[in-house]
Amino acid sequence: MPTTKRTVEVDLSTSGLDAQGRPVRVPLVTDDRGNVVPMEAPDALEPDLAGEHMLINIGPQHPATHGVLRLVLELDGETVVRCVPHIGYLHCGFEKIGEYRTYNQIIPWTDREDYLNSPGNNVAFALGAERLFGIEITERCKVLRVIAMELSRVMSHLVWWGTTCIDIGAFTPFLWLFEERERIYELFDMWIGARLTTSLTRVGGMGADIPDGWMDKLTGFVRSFPKTIDEAERMLSKNAVWVGRTIGLGVMSADEALNYGLSGPMLRASGVAYDVRRDFPYLDYETYDFDVPVGTSGDVYDRYLVRVEELRQSVRILEQAIRRLPDGPVNVDDHRVVLPPKHKATSDMESMIHHFKQVMEGPRPPIGECYVAVESPKGEKGYYMVSDGTPKPVRWRIRPPSFVNLSAIPKMVEGHLLSDVIAINASIDIVMGEIDR
Amino acid sequence: MGLTPSPESAVSYAPVSQEGWVATKLDFLVNWARANSLWPMPFGTACCAIEFMASAASDFDLARFGMERMSFSPRQADVLICAGRVPFKLAPILRRIWQQMPQPKWAISMGACASSGGMFDNYAVVQGIDTIIPVDVYVPGCPPRPEGLIYGIMLLQEKVKKERAADKTLRNEMDPDPKSQLYIPPSLIDQISEPFGNSVHQTRSSL
Amino acid sequence: MSNAFQPVVAGSACATDAPAPATPRNVPLAGGDANPSAAALQRQFGDAVAGTSVVRGETNVVVANARLLDVVRWLHDDPSQRYEYLSDVTAVEFRDPEQPIEVVWHLRSLAYRQFLRLKVELPRGAELTVPSIWTVYASADWMERECYDMFGITFAGHPDLRRILMWEDYREGFPLRKDFPLRGRFSRSEQLRQALAANPEARYSMEELSVADAFADLPTEMRRRLRAGEKAGE
Repeated sequence: MPTTKRTVEVDLSTSGLDAQGRPVRVPLVTDDRGNVVPMEAPDALEPDLAGEHMLINIGPQHPATHGVLRLVLELDGETVVRCVPHIGYLHCGFEKIGEYRTYNQIIPWTDREDYLNSPGNNVAFALGAERLFGIEITERCKVLRVIAMELSRVMSHLVWWGTTCIDIGAFTPFLWLFEERERIYELFDMWIGARLTTSLTRVGGMGADIPDGWMDKLTGFVRSFPKTIDEAERMLSKNAVWVGRTIGLGVMSADEALNYGLSGPMLRASGVAYDVRRDFPYLDYETYDFDVPVGTSGDVYDRYLVRVEELRQSVRILEQAIRRLPDGPVNVDDHRVVLPPKHKATSDMESMIHHFKQVMEGPRPPIGECYVAVESPKGEKGYYMVSDGTPKPVRWRIRPPSFVNLSAIPKMVEGHLLSDVIAINASIDIVMGEIDR
Repeated sequence: MGLTPSPESAVSYAPVSQEGWVATKLDFLVNWARANSLWPMPFGTACCAIEFMASAASDFDLARFGMERMSFSPRQADVLICAGRVPFKLAPILRRIWQQMPQPKWAISMGACASSGGMFDNYAVVQGIDTIIPVDVYVPGCPPRPEGLIYGIMLLQEKVKKERAADKTLRNEMDPDPKSQLYIPPSLIDQISEPFGNSVHQTRSSL
Repeated sequence: MSNAFQPVVAGSACATDAPAPATPRNVPLAGGDANPSAAALQRQFGDAVAGTSVVRGETNVVVANARLLDVVRWLHDDPSQRYEYLSDVTAVEFRDPEQPIEVVWHLRSLAYRQFLRLKVELPRGAELTVPSIWTVYASADWMERECYDMFGITFAGHPDLRRILMWEDYREGFPLRKDFPLRGRFSRSEQLRQALAANPEARYSMEELSVADAFADLPTEMRRRLRAGEKAGE
């Protein structure tokens, strides 16, 4: 399919590149006059090996599949003719368990499905539960949740970036980017006590308010992080090897991307400017000033550029959120959903009764259903909850962006080489915990 | 029962009469070499795999233990670190990977889900990988902090250093007992959790 | 960058004086502005639309099972609707045995910035079959397979309806049904035994093995097992 031509300026000391920026290896021979000339390609290569296709199995245990994904490839030489992905190797029955837990008890499960975006999932679920209950959260809670979501987006994109670098062969950025992740781990550790699986929110508020000194630490992070982005980008964006290995790979046009249900950076790299924060906003995102990066060609290089730019935009949103964080309570003042403070629950009779009811039974939402979608780093993440008036949901459905994004992989890898499959798989940014739930 | 090991199963630390100075020094050398160059086979499935990656990265640095060389081929690995939950669909893969690892090999079960099924007590998840492969060290946590994993690795190193070449049973391949009865019906669980009750009622969908 | 590139912008078909999208506040449980597509569907399809409602700001449209594919195709193709994005396909089984099983589709129109939920009700005891909308949206492929795997709902017209999350010859049933216990039907040791009995190398679908020359290269033992009728799982 026709792609737009574009030029990428590549830093090189010598030019040994063809039109696409891939290094050209030309064998040289000496002709009879003693000059060094490029070798003529021989007419006939080895005996014709066409007609025999090979079946190769990648995974489920494999370093480069980003989890327990199994790809069965039919290869014609080195070219992929067909790809059949197999999933389900991390299916742990999340949606079934959701029917056996009250709404606050489900929050630890939301950590573990997309484990790179735990705080983001917590926020998404709390938004859905609060819509179902009909609760309006406080202003401070909204801004804290925006901070949590953007930090989570940064965390997830850093993992994606580090592991994609390793897949394509660059090891150093992985160490730099994971060092930044440690800074964010420290922030969440200070806030809620956990590094990775945070269980940050509760229905009606947050698990804890930020401690003293947290804002200063966040400000310090926001100030120093863009330097790391620049450093890592300097290593890669104009690097001939990186560009050569990612340009023109796994192209999805805008119509195909929409039809295949892609979302997030995958969709935006194909030229569709759909961002849930912009088009179906939540948490007052319409009041924040940020840009939504959109790619032009829908290949792996564009997805890389889109995600790196999203990191910068996340920093921008964080700066605004830091400035606008209001004082006030974090949790909503509703005794039916929010636990009373411990000192009151052990001394005041009414608080003890509220505590008892919430722990033994759980808060009851009205009969209804609700689907709330947020922009997770992977795409449109939604939680669909159906309530029949009991404290445990009748149905808890996770709309997994990586699941739908991955279903397009057979389309994307057809015609590419085997090593490109790894690069394309990395560019989708899959999390098997979310895909298989 | 108690915590004292029975004398038959304990490995004797006192030198046996045949074991001389050379044998003990050889043991020491071999075990020291093995313990300080355990090449891990990261069988990472879920969140614990991310904490494992954080352990290997700069802040916590597994390279100090000689473990920076991740071996994704089981043929070249010493220790299988099962990081993450293992569903039943993945169980035969894990068993196969374990069988492909050559002796000497050890297994670390990292995290609550690998050790016991964790929070996933349902139809899909193996309730502890020790039902599939023999495990040497269990590291609890959800996910365990990198310090926790490193403590588990150090425990494994101590275990490796206590091995004796004279112990013939050490490298036996064991298959877990296929006839073990692992089923506890929900009614029995409710019964056992009396008199305070099981406030969560984890297997009841309704109130 | 070539001058010819035009990004597809969400909201491109909205009226120029339409308000910018904003975070919903104080969404009522029932009532509120319905999605205009609901009324358009009722005009277009008449009795195929069994009912509409607005719950928590989202419009639900209950459609007759037999007409679902027509409805979805119209919503996708009609220029006044332009639902070009399928967000989700799932099903809901209620605890109350009287209530029917609902199959739910979430559609988005990016051009008009609209969200619509279509439902088909399958009464208990009836056959659990609905039409597949894979011909309209390619993303329905895996989502319908998952719905089949978890609920046992057959999507008529789906090219390759087999289990996706559990293994293909999983014998315990359909996990998300309400009569399926949380821990499964078999004992833990039986579940382990069945899981470990699977041979990882034999897990290829017949479609994959039909790569003609590869079949001849299969190990003899595997070919013997396949000839003996062992269903190659997956």
